[in-house]
Amino acid sequence: MRVILRNQGRELELAGRRRVKELLAELGVLPETVLVIRGRELLTADELVREDDVIELRPVISGGCR
Amino acid sequence: MKCKKCGGRAVLELRRHNTAFCADDFLGFFRSQVLETVRRWKMFTREDSVLVAVSGGKDSLALWDVLLEAGFRTAGLYIDLGIFDYSRESKARCQSFAAERGARLIVVAVADAVGAAIPAVKDVTRRPTCSACGLSKRYIMNRAALDHGFGVVATGHNLDDEAATLLGSTLRWDDSALARQTPVLEATHPKLVRRVKPLFRLSERETAAYAFLHGIDYVVEECPFARGATSITHKEILNRLEDASPGVKATFLVNYLERARPLFQTREQVDLRECGRCGQTTTGEVCAFCKLADQVRRATGAPARPALEPTDPAPLRGLISDLHAASEIHSA
Repeated sequence: MRVILRNQGRELELAGRRRVKELLAELGVLPETVLVIRGRELLTADELVREDDVIELRPVISGGCR
Repeated sequence: MKCKKCGGRAVLELRRHNTAFCADDFLGFFRSQVLETVRRWKMFTREDSVLVAVSGGKDSLALWDVLLEAGFRTAGLYIDLGIFDYSRESKARCQSFAAERGARLIVVAVADAVGAAIPAVKDVTRRPTCSACGLSKRYIMNRAALDHGFGVVATGHNLDDEAATLLGSTLRWDDSALARQTPVLEATHPKLVRRVKPLFRLSERETAAYAFLHGIDYVVEECPFARGATSITHKEILNRLEDASPGVKATFLVNYLERARPLFQTREQVDLRECGRCGQTTTGEVCAFCKLADQVRRATGAPARPALEPTDPAPLRGLISDLHAASEIHSA
């Protein structure tokens, strides 16, 4: 699968399928800090992502002066 | 995972509420949370004119969207910070958002108000960039609301913003900042407009999900000057705690507001007067924003910005428990 790490400007290619929570744990990403997006849908932690999926991890943290 | 409301496929799990929602039910949940907060905290009513400060990001556009859909009388205020492509893109998002909904958008450039855009201001002040930017934004928000006749300014501060601010103030035991932290900053002077934060009970992930699911085109990229900001470190720490103990961020903030804040609210006597230069409120002779503008002018040779006629130079003595002069509050 292709994983797009938005704002870091990089992408990863990962082999095999896994659940979203496993993917996030593997990448060291806290679930509270991202939206997990496949196409036009959001995925919950128990969703299975397949080898041919393109997944965007979109950060939700804003910073600096608010 | 199934939606706890309709049994359909869930798109978002909210561990702190021990629930999950499909897209439609989450959008409904989000709207009701915002409107309930506005009502319960008496932020404003349908009779008020509300100026919504929008940055082009997920929070402020989600807030404006909910208020527009609920039929509140609102206009947007976009403050152009002049931060390269980031500002160009965020301004374009706000303009498109407003045009698509037939809503009014007021645009004010920091460069016009302070004499230079934020990248130049950053170079001439000893303040951290985010501090100078925040000072400018709070000043412009208040002044624009007064100039255009709005009784309330609403900002998109969310649960994570507020919990991070609270953590920062607590780590410093900054009792003055702790006393001021509230989702409703009352107008304690005729030249101050009340400022409210209707999203303070909703997390950043929830506002991002609302924006995404509702098709709001927002700027995902962060301000280039925010990298390494302390507030982001505080948010990361709080998110680690949240991961281990869902709900801890909301408990930290809400219990503070309900139980601990009254202990910090000292009813101090403050001489609140109008700045001799611009007429906005200050505790001194000249407000912090005008001092910043002076620094910019000295460093860049920019022309002095037109001063407002001070309306009533007599100082107003009053008991102020939770708000100092709007232009001099250095924390959100």
